[in-house]
Amino acid sequence: MATIIIDCKTYEVPLGKNVLETCLNLGFDVPYFCWHPGLGSVGACRQCAVKVFKDADDKKGRLVMSCMEPVVHNQHLAVHDADTIDFRKQVIEWLMTNHPHDCAVCDEGGSCHLQDMTVMTGHHERRFTFNKRTYKNQDLGPFLNHEMNRCIQCYRCVRFYKDYAGGKDLDAYASKNNVYFGRAEDGVLENEFSGNLAEICPTGVFTDKTLKEHYTRKWDLTMSPSICQHCSVGCNTIAGERYGALRMIHNRFHEKINGYFLCDRGRFGYEFVNAENRIKQPSINGDVVERTELETRLEKIMKSAKVIGIGSPRASLQSNFALKTLVGEDNFYHGVSDHEHDLAELAVRILKDGPVRTPSTKEIEKSDAIFVLGEDLTNTAPIVALAVRQAVRQDLSGEPEKIHIQGWQDAARKNLQQQRKMPLYSATIHETKLDDICTSANYATPEDIARLGFAVAHCVDHNSPAPEHFPEALQVRARSIANGLLAAKNPTIISGAGCASSAVMKAAANVAIALHKNGIVVGLTYTMLECNSMGLTMIGGHRLSAAFNAVINGHADTLILLENDLFRHGSFAEVGDFLARCKNVIVLDHTKSDSTDRASVVIPAGTFAESDGIIVNNEGRAQRFFQVYESTESIQESWRWIINIGKTLQHPKLQTWQNFEDISKAMASEEPMLQNIDEVNPAVDFRIVGQRIPREPHRFSGRTSMHAHIQVSEQKPPTDDDSPLSYTMEGTRIQPPSAMIPFYWSPGWNSVQSVAKYQHEVGGSLKDGDSGIRLLEANAASSLVYFQGIPEAFVPLEHHLWIVPTYHIFGSEEMSAKSASIQKRIPTPYLLISAVDANIYHLKEQDIIKVSIANISYSFPIKINRNIPVGMAALPYGLCDAPINALPEWGIVETSPLTELHDYVRKTKVQH
Amino acid sequence: MSETKTIQFSEETMATVQRLIKRYPEGRQKSALLPLLHIAQAEFDGWLSPAVMDYVAVILSIKPIEVYEVASFYTMYNLNPVGKCLIEVCQTGPCWSRGSDDIVEHFEKKLGIKVGETTSDGQFTLKTVECLGSCGTAPMLQCGGDFYENLTNDKVDTLIEKLRANGQRSTYMKDNRVM
Repeated sequence: MATIIIDCKTYEVPLGKNVLETCLNLGFDVPYFCWHPGLGSVGACRQCAVKVFKDADDKKGRLVMSCMEPVVHNQHLAVHDADTIDFRKQVIEWLMTNHPHDCAVCDEGGSCHLQDMTVMTGHHERRFTFNKRTYKNQDLGPFLNHEMNRCIQCYRCVRFYKDYAGGKDLDAYASKNNVYFGRAEDGVLENEFSGNLAEICPTGVFTDKTLKEHYTRKWDLTMSPSICQHCSVGCNTIAGERYGALRMIHNRFHEKINGYFLCDRGRFGYEFVNAENRIKQPSINGDVVERTELETRLEKIMKSAKVIGIGSPRASLQSNFALKTLVGEDNFYHGVSDHEHDLAELAVRILKDGPVRTPSTKEIEKSDAIFVLGEDLTNTAPIVALAVRQAVRQDLSGEPEKIHIQGWQDAARKNLQQQRKMPLYSATIHETKLDDICTSANYATPEDIARLGFAVAHCVDHNSPAPEHFPEALQVRARSIANGLLAAKNPTIISGAGCASSAVMKAAANVAIALHKNGIVVGLTYTMLECNSMGLTMIGGHRLSAAFNAVINGHADTLILLENDLFRHGSFAEVGDFLARCKNVIVLDHTKSDSTDRASVVIPAGTFAESDGIIVNNEGRAQRFFQVYESTESIQESWRWIINIGKTLQHPKLQTWQNFEDISKAMASEEPMLQNIDEVNPAVDFRIVGQRIPREPHRFSGRTSMHAHIQVSEQKPPTDDDSPLSYTMEGTRIQPPSAMIPFYWSPGWNSVQSVAKYQHEVGGSLKDGDSGIRLLEANAASSLVYFQGIPEAFVPLEHHLWIVPTYHIFGSEEMSAKSASIQKRIPTPYLLISAVDANIYHLKEQDIIKVSIANISYSFPIKINRNIPVGMAALPYGLCDAPINALPEWGIVETSPLTELHDYVRKTKVQH
Repeated sequence: MSETKTIQFSEETMATVQRLIKRYPEGRQKSALLPLLHIAQAEFDGWLSPAVMDYVAVILSIKPIEVYEVASFYTMYNLNPVGKCLIEVCQTGPCWSRGSDDIVEHFEKKLGIKVGETTSDGQFTLKTVECLGSCGTAPMLQCGGDFYENLTNDKVDTLIEKLRANGQRSTYMKDNRVM
């Protein structure tokens, strides 16, 4: 701790921070632009000037940039001194000379850091009478709008995009008054985290293009704390609505998960909520029906039928649990392919019964060595990939400390660090976006990835089984990876369901357990395929194949399908046959799918935006998402529909449930793995000084007139029976608990930077701590032993390709793939094969290959890759009409090979 | 400008380029970017077209955008075609107080162009620059690697004649001083 004196008042503050952070923590409003808690300081904008005095007698002092000045003991500072105030005002005036006066038509207006800072410094009159500099803007693709005239040259965009996120196609050009931030030419910003530029940019240079489609000022949005539903990481988001349409997703700070950033799938995937193919009314055999008719019909069906229920990994715990209760435990089936379920169950078992803790994303960022097995993180769990990049960027050499460079001194640290980075080992089926920072990148089939993993584990601890006939060259590699991991203090092993191989996940577990036995504090992360894969596994349920058999054998004739397109989890023929055999197929879903097309009864379920729910992320953290708005259509949460059905049937349990709280309490008492789940929920009657937490900012406009076309007199706003939030601007202005922050705002801070006012210290944890509870903790008394069953080495088969799934951030996830902006980024279907195989079959890039998988012929245009193993092919998940759930599987190649070349390649391969 | 000219360093230049690249450790070839751009500019008509910058990127195994970023930052790299002689008149304080404005005006009259323009015969481009570090001999200008100092209108006339008669392209590469 240090004693510092600011404006003649004494404060006790921690050492190791810069003066700007320290002042902000103490509540001083020091304006700034280029500094960002996630990016550190470079001193580019000159806005945060304060005065430093030599000692108590120094009356003159000198101006310094507070973001570049370390805190020292007995430091005398002035924030509100005439010179500093004047200087900061001048800086804003310089910055504003070229900034257009277009706030009224700028998307950033009302949530603009530049606006806030201009007001804060007091500059209000334009003295600059010359022409403003103007630029040509670029088309940056479907996500971001570019308006360079507004730029104030703070360099935050390139620092985030290039340094933090590893982007390669955004740069700064020219100098002085002509600095330009953009791509080399018009075109899509390629990095998967580009959307963050809309929040990183302190003004309106980069703005959300999807919001522009249905623009609303921040203060006119109804907002709720939500959880991203587009992968298993569970990033915290703010979802905003107006006029019954979801308008935007913003980042919601969670220290342990997403920090300040979201991936583009999470930020722009929301448009599926407003899509044309939403189900808005109940229908029976394709005809829209009234609610009463639906209820009568459901009652009739349910009373006479043998009903089974199929749950979903993308539905909330509440909805899955309600269905399980309605149909009974014996008749509840989890809704994923058996293979996918086995992988999720394996992950839960290892993390619950094993001795190794699963780390949060934040902890991954601090790892000093990382080993990724089989997972293309950028495409399956993007925020984890971003965390891995930060881990690798760390400089733990001790060099910066030796010459007194502190962590926040970004430019100096980078200069000193040069190429030095933390070790990242990866073994994947093909190149990934993290390869540019890898110490060693290995490309292999899932079997060989698993064998490498087992070999590494064996090198770490000889009690762990070793693969047989393991080539010496690979053994050397395994040893070097093992040595790298053994040299680390807190390494992390990352794997997941991505390459659909339990052997790979077991190998990862063995590596982690072996390191743990060596006394190393190791973390083990598994990424899953869907947002609630973990939660669904914890609720349990019978296998999907058993559901098919139940209907085939006549044990059941009616199916209730919960928020699930079964065709993504089983082969087209099998699922089609199953649905056709059911006498009644009742589907609860929010979006049309092949499954809803075959349903006799379709019930309009709410998306995350129209629902309350809890989902469990890959860390085993249960998190609550809050309904954003009440739909004007017949849409409601699946669990509420199920409670209604239960009531008409006088179901003993369901008829006692009234709201979200009741169902959560029941779940906590009945589900052994979800015992603490109701702690995630704030009590419905939670109030702050007797008031609810408003979803709308106090400046919300149009309330009395926005529904005038329906009824001139203002209607009563809906009441929220499931949470302590209100649907209006009425309520407390006191900061709510972390899990219930619907938006960030503080007097004078209208932009996203206001999150600082909700944190203990800027960039640190929220005042109320982190939200969500972890359901999976390592078991110190674990009896989990090393996994055996090492697969045989992969051997290519003539005329065959071993087809494994691969993933795309845009396209592989079901819901975001229905978002209009995301759709523009989805690649065309393809089969990825090696250059050797392309030669064998005499194919060029984009030629069509014919492959038969499980006796059905498919044609794919090929993409050729140098690094993918020979004899293996990768098929993108969710992009093609192919039985992706059946992978990995041998495909018989029906395109005829060139015999001579074929023989030649095989021979050289054997010699090699 | 001869757009059809293939973009390829001569063998001799390529040897120099390789020597420069070898100065830096493996994987850090980008460090040789500044001298390479000067060489490229001298070799390809005194300016860096996107095609030339892409060529340099290929030599250094970096992305073209990394070359654009650097090339656009420095004023000594021309991103648009220039005349054979690039006249850079200093207009910073000392030269200005010694009449650099008049010198510029005289050039404009004499060449029939404004600052930033090129004569129709492609011979001269007129540019104003900031301090070139020769304040003791103000007003002054730079043409390629040469300084012309204590300028007067008469001296300017003589200089124009001399440069026109010379017919050589001006280059900063004189005596390899940028390397």
